[in-house]
Amino acid sequence: MAKEQTELLEDEPQNLNWTRKHLLDIDSFTVAEYDLVLKTASAMKEILSRPIKKVPALRGKTIATLFYEPSTRTRGSFELAAKNLSADVINLASASSSIVKGESLIDTLHTLQAMGVNGIVIRHSMAGAPYLAAKHAQASIINAGDGWHAHPTQALLDMYTVFEQKKHLKDLKVVILGDSRHSRVARSNIWGFSGVGAKVTLCAPLTLLPPGMNYRYHPYQGVEIETDIQKALEGADVVMVLRLQKERQNAGLMPDVREYIRYYQLNRQRFALAKPDAMLMHPGPVNENIEIEPELIRCPASVIDQQVTNGIAVRMALLYLVIGGKKDEI
Amino acid sequence: MTNKTVLTAEDIRRTLGRMAHEIIEHNRDLSNIVMVGMRTRGVPIAHRLAENIKKYEGTTIPVGVLDFSLYRDDLAHRNLQPVVESTSIPVSIDEKIVILVDDVLYTGRSARAAMDALIDMGRPSSIKLAVMIDRGHRELPIRADYVGKNIPSSRNEDVRVKLSETDDTDEVSIFNLGETQEE
Repeated sequence: MAKEQTELLEDEPQNLNWTRKHLLDIDSFTVAEYDLVLKTASAMKEILSRPIKKVPALRGKTIATLFYEPSTRTRGSFELAAKNLSADVINLASASSSIVKGESLIDTLHTLQAMGVNGIVIRHSMAGAPYLAAKHAQASIINAGDGWHAHPTQALLDMYTVFEQKKHLKDLKVVILGDSRHSRVARSNIWGFSGVGAKVTLCAPLTLLPPGMNYRYHPYQGVEIETDIQKALEGADVVMVLRLQKERQNAGLMPDVREYIRYYQLNRQRFALAKPDAMLMHPGPVNENIEIEPELIRCPASVIDQQVTNGIAVRMALLYLVIGGKKDEI
Repeated sequence: MTNKTVLTAEDIRRTLGRMAHEIIEHNRDLSNIVMVGMRTRGVPIAHRLAENIKKYEGTTIPVGVLDFSLYRDDLAHRNLQPVVESTSIPVSIDEKIVILVDDVLYTGRSARAAMDALIDMGRPSSIKLAVMIDRGHRELPIRADYVGKNIPSSRNEDVRVKLSETDDTDEVSIFNLGETQEE
């Protein structure tokens, strides 16, 4: 039997048992855990290619999506992932629920618990909200994005997308281009890619880098900072473009959007500096003509659509790992 | 814990040869057959059966791999979830005779899960079951169409199949688990 391509681990794969009840961030993930998630995701991806995209793994379980911030792809992706595993899903969005009547997060959690929900997928504008939820909930909490802090499922789907194409992650040059200061996607991807030995470079004006990061000292070991886009892109295996969050640009962190475009937009000439087989990624939604030239969005190197498809497979894997089985005794 | 070898490498070779002949005898149209190995040890057995058929009749039988862990009936009751691996069946199973292959047939629950998984992937004209060892103790109304060897066993025993592809050696042995019955 041919050895499968899905080994992140250099030594013999251990038989790892998943022990996490919640998925809050990936900052404490081990390589073996990343390996298990990617391996499970590739099994789930096969299910997506079947005529009947449904398996009974989470039959009888109920999953709630609780979104305090707008989202199309993440919420839809979680809902499809849960349904593909035969779970029942209820969706709560802040605008159409008792949240507008002033119900607190903890009260909402207690209500969901009383309904017998097994898992709660939560997105909140406050960093740390899922941690608070995990303290109060018996159900498993899955972080679908909290403030500027973390978006672990996005990072895992990005890692899976790169791994699927490159068959490895170690030593790849991953450039995260754009506003990483306000980006939970960037923060989780920094943990994820550097956690498996990839070389992460952040490229942005200094004012749009995470607080505390400058040339001399920053809290992320092994992550490089490069303000010059040409130098940053040279030899890149993966270029991940972040959305310039216009709604968060009122703080005077950059003089002008036009200036940002001039110095930091990813265009064809700049992308040509990356390796010939470089992958172009974007977590979406895209601001065309701002952080990226529109022609690049559907270019052959772009895997933006694969990211969306893989998002379903990775979330199926995570829901299976976190909510499947009997976790009471752990 | 005591153990006893019930099939040697030579026995396994002969058994799989006979099973391949049985499959040939019962299926005039071999071109309609797909072998599907149930992970983990059903997979090398399926490959060996297909090789034997190729050797005897010259027909190449497609071999697929099935991971049925998401269909297990004990998923919600286990503390440790099985690691899910990829399923890959190279051809459509619609209107085909699918021969499911496993190493040991015991309670029948794996075969049930595997059949459910197959039926979600298409509509085979029939599903047959080939196992190297039938050790009895069925909990579901399932029987095998092709059996390598019947080994009457007690529930306190464990039948283990080792194959060179996965375990570096070919051997079937029976273990007495004694008091400490583990599952």
